[in-house]
Amino acid sequence: MLDQLIQFLITGITVGAAYALVGLGFAIIYNASDVVNFAQGEFVMIGAMSAISLIDMGIPYGVALAAAVAITVCVGLALEKFAIEQARDATVVSTIIITIGASIFLRGMALIVWGKDIYAMPPFSGEKPIHVGNATMLPQNIWVMAGTAASVLLVRYFFNRTATGKAILACSYNMKAASLVGINVRKMLLISYGLSAGLGALAGILIAPITYITYDSGVMLGLKGFSAAILGGMGNPMGAVAGGMLLGLLECIGAGFISSGYKDAIAFVVILMVLFFRPGGLFGSAQAERV
Amino acid sequence: MRLAGFYLFAALVALLPVVFPDNYYVTVVGVTAFFNIMLAVGLNLLMGYAGQISLGHAAFFGIGAYVSAVTTVRYGWNPWVAMAAGLVLVWLIANLIARPILRLKGHYLAMATLGFGIIIHIVLVQADAFTGGPDGLSGIPGLVLFGWHVDSDLRWYVVAGAVMLLYVWLSLNIIDSREGRALRAVHGSEVAASTLGIDISGTKVRVFVLSALMASLTGSLFAHQQAFVSPDSFSFFFSIELVTMVVLGGLASTFGAVFGAVILTFLPEFLVVFEDFQMLIYGAILMLIMIFLPRGLFVTMADRIGPMFAGYFRQGIRET
Repeated sequence: MLDQLIQFLITGITVGAAYALVGLGFAIIYNASDVVNFAQGEFVMIGAMSAISLIDMGIPYGVALAAAVAITVCVGLALEKFAIEQARDATVVSTIIITIGASIFLRGMALIVWGKDIYAMPPFSGEKPIHVGNATMLPQNIWVMAGTAASVLLVRYFFNRTATGKAILACSYNMKAASLVGINVRKMLLISYGLSAGLGALAGILIAPITYITYDSGVMLGLKGFSAAILGGMGNPMGAVAGGMLLGLLECIGAGFISSGYKDAIAFVVILMVLFFRPGGLFGSAQAERV
Repeated sequence: MRLAGFYLFAALVALLPVVFPDNYYVTVVGVTAFFNIMLAVGLNLLMGYAGQISLGHAAFFGIGAYVSAVTTVRYGWNPWVAMAAGLVLVWLIANLIARPILRLKGHYLAMATLGFGIIIHIVLVQADAFTGGPDGLSGIPGLVLFGWHVDSDLRWYVVAGAVMLLYVWLSLNIIDSREGRALRAVHGSEVAASTLGIDISGTKVRVFVLSALMASLTGSLFAHQQAFVSPDSFSFFFSIELVTMVVLGGLASTFGAVFGAVILTFLPEFLVVFEDFQMLIYGAILMLIMIFLPRGLFVTMADRIGPMFAGYFRQGIRET
């Protein structure tokens, strides 16, 4: 029983780490531009797919991973430049549909480039299982946890300590005021999209050796990332990280002890409950009306 | 005169199979278009007029379809009783979730409706003892209307067309009723609406339940027409497609929803030639329309063409 629990915890934290990175990307874009980017999951898929293709071409592992992140960042920048910026005054419903359109478009592009095949990526460092009591974990599990922890710390540092990070925060509080003090708001928006695309790509690369990737893998991952961001309270980056971890744990424990078929349903039932009883998310301020 | 557009549309629907009998695009794709119109018109009441986004509307469509399918196939119920049972179940569920869901706004509302849709879809896939799981359920009997068997494409065209016209007529009338004006006021400004004595939450809940019931009835008809249901027809993607139909035509326009549903039903038929590019083109169209014509194709066109005619009429009056 205890071994089982430890096993579920390991899986849960690994899955949760990926959700946390995707959720973090959601939160960054939401903060900067008030847009929920439904194409966030596609960043994950593009990152993983490009890395796998580049490795297959014989490019050294490290270079391939860096290039894959760079490609995804370019996709993120293009999304901001050609879609979001063109529709600056759009309503919430319109921007939701624009980003849903973008996600379908990117999935369509992936379908043309990579087809419907299932891709697998070689792990970062070997496949020899590590024993924790009677539970086992792969080296890749450690890579996912460490990679996520490092990126979360870097993002924190970026927003709290660097001038650019602080400028983006200023934009999220008040765009007009930010531009009045000489911050280039459009550039900050671009940086936010690039950053969150990069985080998505990183999540994809980290988990690709554990799960398989297809052109439509991004859909569920994106929705889970969105759920993580909502759980943590939209627009609260560290809340999104916590929400992601919580979601991953809930899912794996639910799958283990209740039913694996209803795994995704458990996650969404919890989210509905949180929305019903704490509409502002677990760590956010309440923003809902009474009916 | 208020319903002139409706009579014109009804005449068109009635004439099409007469002019093009046995045409695949009329009697086969046409019936699918009717179902999509029914769903889009219902969703437009909620999204367009009440301003509440729903990314899970396919769930109510699915519940209606599956109640009809399961009770008729597994328990041999009469299709009409099954249809009523679907409506009762959807009425219960919609009333149960309407208040907590409609308290939410913007992205939170989007998330909640999306989550609801996904939960229902997972239940349809997982509860295979009843639903047949991912493979679906086949052998759903056809409908019999006072001894008249609805068993050919043309007969389905007549039945689905009639119900569809009823939905459109209902939607047009609701919008111009007292309730419809309240609905539009709530969308405009909830504070202003409440100072006018409008029961805001009641108005929202009623329109939510109504559009859910409309979807459920459509689902039952869909199940009997297809004779087969599978969870794929009621997935998250279909909810998105429904939202797209409403927005493509133009929010808060009944004929906009009709227009969007017709376009999105026929678009895949024509994109089939492009095979692998279908998804890419679909996504691009969605983005381009929302970026450049955020008010929707139909509403933008109607606004451009409408005044031209109005000017023409004014001129006519001045000259005489």
